[in-house]
Amino acid sequence: MIDSKYFFEGFKSIKGVGSPAIALGASFVAIGALLKNLGFSIQESVFSTFLTYALPGSLVMAESMLIGASLINIFLAVWLVNARLYPMTVALMPLLIHENQPRWKYYLSCHFIAVSSWLIMKDNYENIEKENRIDFWIGIGTATWTVAIFSTVVGYVISDFLNKDILVGLAIVNPIYFICMMIGAMKTIQISLSVVLGTILGPVFYFLSPEWCILFGGFIAGTIAFLIGEKNVK
Amino acid sequence: MSNNILIVIVVTSLATYLSRFLGVVSAEKIKETSKIFRWFNCLAYSTLAALIARIVIFPSGTLSEVDYLIRFIVVILSIAIFFLTKKNLVYPTLFSAMILSILNIYL
Repeated sequence: MIDSKYFFEGFKSIKGVGSPAIALGASFVAIGALLKNLGFSIQESVFSTFLTYALPGSLVMAESMLIGASLINIFLAVWLVNARLYPMTVALMPLLIHENQPRWKYYLSCHFIAVSSWLIMKDNYENIEKENRIDFWIGIGTATWTVAIFSTVVGYVISDFLNKDILVGLAIVNPIYFICMMIGAMKTIQISLSVVLGTILGPVFYFLSPEWCILFGGFIAGTIAFLIGEKNVK
Repeated sequence: MSNNILIVIVVTSLATYLSRFLGVVSAEKIKETSKIFRWFNCLAYSTLAALIARIVIFPSGTLSEVDYLIRFIVVILSIAIFFLTKKNLVYPTLFSAMILSILNIYL
């Protein structure tokens, strides 16, 4: 069903010099502590990371609960902040789809799409035969997801010992990991321009709309990068 | 488990899974050599870059209490460490937390 050789090869992505484990761990420890302070039980905190596994969504959920938002509003706010998962999925799955593989693998494993796992897969897919990529991907996803769930438990349990200074330290780790990963991914004109323009336009659009700045800024930056890149390829 | 929290968790996960699910549905019809794939690839990277820039420049949680200058210094130093260690990702992530904590206490 799932080729264990490729699964474990993917699973091993949490080891070594490119490991996302520390960055992922740090942010989900913080989430665990946050959910505890919100009044979640440990089961509910685990359940939350288990089912959502996308950090900004969990943060928005927490913020929305604090201000007592309605379910519809929570749904919309989370959908908005996690809508970036749509282009990420479209930019990943065509690389993994193979006719010899069953469809359920794709619909189930898309749950693993989050920034860390996505960037790792994008960095490694070329080394794997297309037919085996989905199993490799399920390995990466399972590994990063496990780290996230485990760290949520750790954060929940040690939340009393986490003071402001430690939480500040934890908060910077994940963005730094993402920044370095993105710089490492800048290998073509299109990707480099996308990253640079997105970095500029995202914050610029923040002044127009804090809620929509990521999607608007990202959309315009990505489209400009695509058009310039296409011209240069020809 | 209280009902209310459970429902919120399920609603959050559905809102998240929706984009992933629709992504797979669309991906079934898109070839990796097509123009539209390259466009979505750009959109994915630019949206991620926008998200990360937003988190660092306009943070909402604990990071917002850290001075702009300190955040800027930490990012620059971490990128420098990333290149100095031949693109090792573990060192910059570890150092970023330490540098930030130290600067935040002493500056």
